[in-house]
Amino acid sequence: MEKQVSQEVGLQLYELMVRIRKFEEAVVNLFARGKIPGFLHTYIGEEAVAAGVCANLTLEDKITSTHRGHGHMVAKGGRFDKAMAELYGKATGYNKGKGGSMHIAEPDLGMLGANAIVAAGLPIATGAALTAQYLGKDWVGVAFFGDGASNEGAFHESLNLASVWNLPVVYVCENNEFAESTPRWQHQKIKDVAIRAQAYDIPGVIVDGNDVEAVYFCAKEAVERARSGGGPTLLEAKTTRWRGHHEADNQSYRDKAEFQAALENDAIVKWESVLLSRGVPQEKLDEINNRVEQELKAAIEFAEQSPLPDPADARADIYTPFELEAI
Amino acid sequence: MAVMTYREAVRQALREELQNDERVYLIGEDIAEFGGSLKVTLGLLDEFGPKRIRNTPISEMGLLGAAVGSAATGARPIAEVMYSDFFGMAMDQVFNQAAKMRYMFGGKLSIPLTIRAPMGGRRSAAAHHSQCLEAWFMHIPGLKIAMPANAYDAKGLLKTAVRDPNPVIVFENKMLYNVKGEVPEEPFFVPFGVAKLVREGSDVTVVAVSDMVDYSLKAAEALEADGISLEVIDPRTIAPLDIETIIQSVKKTGKLVVAHEANLTGGIGAEIAAQVGYRAFDYLQAPIERVAAKDSPIPFAPILEKEILPDDQDVIDAVHRVMDYAG
Repeated sequence: MEKQVSQEVGLQLYELMVRIRKFEEAVVNLFARGKIPGFLHTYIGEEAVAAGVCANLTLEDKITSTHRGHGHMVAKGGRFDKAMAELYGKATGYNKGKGGSMHIAEPDLGMLGANAIVAAGLPIATGAALTAQYLGKDWVGVAFFGDGASNEGAFHESLNLASVWNLPVVYVCENNEFAESTPRWQHQKIKDVAIRAQAYDIPGVIVDGNDVEAVYFCAKEAVERARSGGGPTLLEAKTTRWRGHHEADNQSYRDKAEFQAALENDAIVKWESVLLSRGVPQEKLDEINNRVEQELKAAIEFAEQSPLPDPADARADIYTPFELEAI
Repeated sequence: MAVMTYREAVRQALREELQNDERVYLIGEDIAEFGGSLKVTLGLLDEFGPKRIRNTPISEMGLLGAAVGSAATGARPIAEVMYSDFFGMAMDQVFNQAAKMRYMFGGKLSIPLTIRAPMGGRRSAAAHHSQCLEAWFMHIPGLKIAMPANAYDAKGLLKTAVRDPNPVIVFENKMLYNVKGEVPEEPFFVPFGVAKLVREGSDVTVVAVSDMVDYSLKAAEALEADGISLEVIDPRTIAPLDIETIIQSVKKTGKLVVAHEANLTGGIGAEIAAQVGYRAFDYLQAPIERVAAKDSPIPFAPILEKEILPDDQDVIDAVHRVMDYAG
């Protein structure tokens, strides 16, 4: 029999995925209604990756994310209200309205930021792992990135450095087969990003990113390896992006059959039926859905009611205050 | 006071800061056994070991990015960019990540990162090992930039940089490494944003950075014979910039020459001239002169390089122009 998660972990994974999905669906709707300024890149369709990985992480573990970062924020323990307020550009947001969708961050949760520069999070997660190794901390670094990022120098330089120094870091490639609008076959000849691990003599693992339990166990192994001094892992999750690169993208470039198959391969629906087949009562799942919806409703209300940032604070927090006399 | 070279002063600052704080480590290319390409870190490996004097692959983005992530999570790395020309390979991590993380995150973390970057020409090192790129970084809010012009400031500014909780770039001048100067025996710090009045004078204010300070002093001596008195000011840090000291001097002399080795267009002289032009317009008796390299890549042949780079004669010529104009 295949390895199975406990019912407790199973429900945790389910709740994380539901939280991400419902948050993103609400955000899409609010964006369309003009409530959220800027760009919007949603994580719908990729929930099982963030959920399966982050369920293995502690608050101390450090992650870096991408421009498609809400899912990682939520999976790392982000609150809906502060996240929603940030997307609204409100003073009560996680980042006082300075970061928004593409830069949402909460260092106290080990979330070192969504990042609007493709592949820029990899060196930073590598550095977080370096601190852990250097200062003897227990945490691991985890970098989420896409298949597109795996062609950037930052990807290769990070994997090489982590490999040479045996750093406690996990590189999670969310391979949704599109670098923005460019299909995989146009941007890399390889089919599996994971094989690039060979070049750095580190484990490269491929997992079905729509199977949250599989992601969970693969990530568990990689995180445990990192934490116990076994060094970095490149974990590639094959996943699918349901919506456009961002909300202004109607995905005209996508093959209809491929897209339909992606929609039908819904990680949440699949996991729901697994949980039911393992004896989890439907009411339990309903309860989770209701709870998440209530929280979401309150979060939207919170964001709506929250004050805008004071323009007088536009230049606050550029520098950390420092007095030489205080040394 | 001890007398030591600029190089030894930098090394002393590194040694003291490594001794002072376990969170401090050095990271860079060939900095360990080899002692750095310019031998600044020579001997530190024996004193502090490979954990704290960390040789990296030739991987500027990898190493600076790791330093950024490490600084964001509690360590205090001092990174060396072997030649500041190599910044190009790593720019994203400097100007998009290190400089902006605190702001984007609403002030939720600090990046106590020091980057040492040897700069400057006059060594026939040609266009990829000779540049002065400080203006690039002065343009980016979130960074601090120090440009020591002598051994005393090399030590004191670097020590301050390491204590500062913000990302600081220290541009060390390669041609000054062997120049000796007086440095106090006891630990000391040089504050940022406080210009040094290097030479008091009454006729023309010369604001000079890095090795143009020495060239300006040479010019001052030569001009003294002609009865022209130069006031030489070294800002020491260009971010923050002590514009007040400059303005006060210009109000006294009514004439300003700004001197830097970087090329003219878009150099820091343009910014200083603009600020002085705006704030001391009524006091100016002549157009502000900029002494700078001619707009060109740095050539290889010594005779060509000399043609491009500014020296004391260029300062003298500029001073004569403002004196003639003012009548």
